[in-house]
Amino acid sequence: MPDLAAKKQRPLWYNLSPLNLPVPGLVSIFHRISGLALFLGLVAFLYFLDLSLASESGFARAGEYLRHPLGKVALVAVLWSFLHHLCAGVRHLFLDIQVGVELKAARRSAVAVFAVSLALTAFIGARLW
Amino acid sequence: MVNRVIVGAHYGLKDWLAQRVTAVVMLVYTVVFLSALPRAITHASWKALFAQEWMRLATFLFVASVLIHAWIGVRNIWMDYVKHTGLRLAAQIATILWLAGCAGWAMQILWRI
Repeated sequence: MPDLAAKKQRPLWYNLSPLNLPVPGLVSIFHRISGLALFLGLVAFLYFLDLSLASESGFARAGEYLRHPLGKVALVAVLWSFLHHLCAGVRHLFLDIQVGVELKAARRSAVAVFAVSLALTAFIGARLW
Repeated sequence: MVNRVIVGAHYGLKDWLAQRVTAVVMLVYTVVFLSALPRAITHASWKALFAQEWMRLATFLFVASVLIHAWIGVRNIWMDYVKHTGLRLAAQIATILWLAGCAGWAMQILWRI
C-alpha cells in the first residue's frame, strides 16, 4: 500500500512555459497597453492642439515637429495604439451583445483586430511618411 | 425562485456601462471629426474647424468621455498591479487630478479661439 499522505506533500511544479497566450489574450493585453499609452500621450495631443491652433507660426512649428523622423515614429506609435484600442473596443461591444462569443469566432475576431489595426496603421502611416 | 442581490452596490455595473457609453461617444466623434476635416489643412482651415460652435461642443463631449473612460481604465490598471494601498490611492488621486487638468486645458484651448 503506497503512502498517500507522503505523496501529497510532494512539491508540485507546473511548467507553464509550453502554454502560449491565445490570440484573444494578446488582443486583451494590447488593449490595456494601448489604453495606457493613449492616456500618457494625452498631454502631447493637447500640446499639439494648443500649438497648432494658437498662431500661424505655431501651426508651422507643430508641422515641423511631426515631420521630424522622431515625430513620425511617435505619430505611427500613437496611431497604432489608437487603432488597436478602437478595433479591440468594437470587438468588445459585439461580445457584450453575445455576438461572436464562441471560441472559434472569438479567435477569428481577435485575429481580425490585429489585421485591421495593423493594416490601417501601415496604410495611414505610409501616407503620412 | 428567490430574488436576492448577490453582489454589492453595483458600482461595477455603472462603470461597465459608462465605459461602453463613452466608447461609443468617442467612436462617433472620430467619424464626425474625420468627415469634418478640411481637405487642405492650413492654419486658417484648422482654426475655422474648431471655431464652429457645434464642433467645440462635440469636442467638449469627446473630452468629457475621454476623462471618464481613461479614469475607469487607468484606475483598473492601478487596482490590478499596485498592491500597496497608500501607493494605489496616491496613484488614483494623481490620475484624477491629471485628467481634470487635461480637460481644463482642452477647454481653454477650444474657447480661446
